[in-house]
Amino acid sequence: MDLLEYQGKQLFARHGVPVPAGKPASTVQEAVAAADEIGYPCAVKAQVQIGGRGKLGGIKIAQNRAEAEQYADAILGMDIRGLTVHELWIEGASEIASEYYASVVFDRSAKAPLVMLSTKGGMDIEQVADEDPDAIATLHVDPLLGFQDFHGRRLAFESGVDADVVRPVGAMLAKLYEVFTAEEATLVEVNPLIVTPDRDVRALDAKVTLDDNALYRHPDNAALRDLSAEDPQEVMAKERGLTYVKLDGNIGILANGAGLSMSTLDVVAEAGGAPANFLDAGGGSRADAITAAVEVILSDTKVKAVLFNIFGGITRCDEVARGLIEAFAQIEPTVPFVVRLDGTNGEEGRALLAEAKLPNVYAESTMDGAAAKVVELAS
Amino acid sequence: MSILVDTNTRLCTSGITGREGTFHTLRNRDYGTQVVAGVTPGKGGQDVDGIPVFNTFHDAVDKQGANTAMIFVPPRFAADSILEAEDAGIELIICITEGIPAHDELRVYNTLKKNRRARLIGPNCPGILSPGKASVGIIPASFFNAGNVGVVSRSGTLTYQIGYVLAQSGFGNSSIVGIGGDPVPGTDFIDVIGMFQDDPETELIVMCGEIGGDAEERAADFIEESVTKPVIGYIAGFTAPPGKTMGHAGAIVSGSHGTAVAKEQALTAKGVTVGRTPTQVAEAAVATLRG
Repeated sequence: MDLLEYQGKQLFARHGVPVPAGKPASTVQEAVAAADEIGYPCAVKAQVQIGGRGKLGGIKIAQNRAEAEQYADAILGMDIRGLTVHELWIEGASEIASEYYASVVFDRSAKAPLVMLSTKGGMDIEQVADEDPDAIATLHVDPLLGFQDFHGRRLAFESGVDADVVRPVGAMLAKLYEVFTAEEATLVEVNPLIVTPDRDVRALDAKVTLDDNALYRHPDNAALRDLSAEDPQEVMAKERGLTYVKLDGNIGILANGAGLSMSTLDVVAEAGGAPANFLDAGGGSRADAITAAVEVILSDTKVKAVLFNIFGGITRCDEVARGLIEAFAQIEPTVPFVVRLDGTNGEEGRALLAEAKLPNVYAESTMDGAAAKVVELAS
Repeated sequence: MSILVDTNTRLCTSGITGREGTFHTLRNRDYGTQVVAGVTPGKGGQDVDGIPVFNTFHDAVDKQGANTAMIFVPPRFAADSILEAEDAGIELIICITEGIPAHDELRVYNTLKKNRRARLIGPNCPGILSPGKASVGIIPASFFNAGNVGVVSRSGTLTYQIGYVLAQSGFGNSSIVGIGGDPVPGTDFIDVIGMFQDDPETELIVMCGEIGGDAEERAADFIEESVTKPVIGYIAGFTAPPGKTMGHAGAIVSGSHGTAVAKEQALTAKGVTVGRTPTQVAEAAVATLRG
C-alpha cells in the first residue's frame, strides 16, 4: 500500500524524523484555516500518489491568505496524470540550502534492506542511478543486526554531504530505518531531504510503501487505505476476496493461480487480443466465487468477450463447470464466453457445459485454442 | 535419482489438524510419502488418521525422526513455525503458506542463512514432487510420471500446465520444485538448477519464471557458467503493467525493473531457449529430448 505524502510524514513524525509542521485539508476552507495556523509563507501541496506533481502545478507557495485560498481552490479537483486531487497538505515553507536524497529499500535480490544516500536530491533517482551511479552511496544492512551509527556515518561521508551535517543526516537515516522496520515498509524514500540555511535537516517529501501482508499488525496504517483513490473494479474484487488487476483491453480473463493467470494474459496478447484484466480465482472453484468473479469482470463495460482458463489440479473442472452454470443462471451475461477446462475431471466439466447448452459459451480444451477463439469473438 | 524429496523423506506437517493441512498431508501419504508426524501446539497426543500429532517440532524429531517439514499454518504463525522446525534440526522445510509479511521472510531467510542447517523451499509455493517417490505439498501428483525432466518454477498452476503438456508428449519428471511467488524465497532458481545439474537422472531442466526481482537474470548467468544440461525457460507477465502486484506478492514490475522482456533477453543471451507460451515450452523440451 502506497501512502500519500502527508500520511508518510505523519508516520515519520511519530518516529522522530524531522518534518515541516503541516496539516491536511480536503476543502478550501480547511486549507485556509490550516495556512492561517501554520503561518505564511506556506506550501499548498496536492496529495496524489504520483511523482512530478510540482512541475504539473500541484505544489504552490502561498505568501498570504488570499494566495492560500486561490491555490487551494485551483489544486483541489485538479487532474494530475489521471488522478484527481481530493486532499491537500499545507505546511510551512522551508528555505533550502542543499537538497539530498535518502531511502531504505527492500532489496529482494540481496534479501536485505538497502540504504541509499545521495547529494543529488530533488531529481529522479533512477535517472541519477543510470547517469551517475557513483553519486549514490549504498549500503546493505544485516536485518538481524539492524542499522548501526557507523552505517549512518559511512553513508554520510561517502556521499559527500556537507561536513557539518554528517551527524544529523546519519541520525535521520537511522530513524528512516526505524520507520522501515517498525512500520514494516518495503520502501521509505525522502526526496528531497533538505538542509536549511540554519543547518536544520528535514524530510521535505515522504514516499512510503507498506507491506500489505503485514497490515494486520498495524491497524492504524491499514485504516489509511483510501478506497476512493483505487480503481472501483479492483475495490469490488477485493471485497469479494478475489485478486483482480484492471488493464486496458476488451477481453475479460479468469484463470486459476497467479502464474497461469499471467500466462493467460500473455497468450491472449500473443494471439492478437487485448486483456481487460488479470483475475486469479485461486482455488475458488465454487459457484459463489465464480459468480463473484463474473460480476467483477463484466462490471468493466469495455469487456466484449470473456476467457475462462482453468487447469484443474486440486481444483476440479466439473466443479468449475457447475459454478459457471450457476453463475449464468444468476447473471445472464450478454457477451460470449470461451471456457477452457483441462486437467482434473476436464472431460466431465466439458460434458456438463455441453449438456447445459449455455447461450454464447464455447468450450475449448487447449489454452492456445481458447485464446485464438476469444480473440476472434472480441474483434 | 531425484532432488530434495524421495523415499528417505520423513515428513512432519505443521498445522496438520487444520482442514487444508489434513487434506494435503493425507494426499501426500496416499501418494507414498513417509508421513511420520504432525505438529499442532496443544494437540500433542492426538492423531490424524493414524499420524501422531506433537506439540513441538522437537518432539516430532526426537520421537519420529522427522527430517522434512511442511508448513501449513496461517501466515501470522508461519515464520515462527519455520524457525521452530529449523531449531529442532529439520533439514528441509517446505512452506506452502501464502501471505507471510515480507519482514518476517527477511528475518527467517537471514537466520537460516547464518545458521546453515536447514534449507527452506517457499514460502507461497506448491511444494516438491519426485514422481514415484514422494510428494510434499499440493502438486496434483497423478498427472506426472517419473522421467528425466527437472522443473523449477515460481508458480503452481503454470507448472502443472507445462508438466501436463510434457506428460501428454510422453515425458516424465525427475523432480518438480515450486520455489514460490514471494519476494524472499528461501531457495532460488540457481540453487535448484545446480541440484538438477548434479542429478544424474535429470537430462533437461525447465525453469518457469515470472515478473519481479532478478532471480531469472541471475539464473541466466549461473546457467552460462555452471550448467551443461539443456535449459528451457518460460517467463509469465509480458502484459503486466508496472507497479501492480499480479497475484503473487513477488510478481511486480518496479519502475523499469523486473520486466518479462528483460528476463527473456537475459536468458536468451546466455543460450537458454525461452518459449513464449507454455505450449511452446513443452514443444521445445520435447524437441530437445528427441534430439
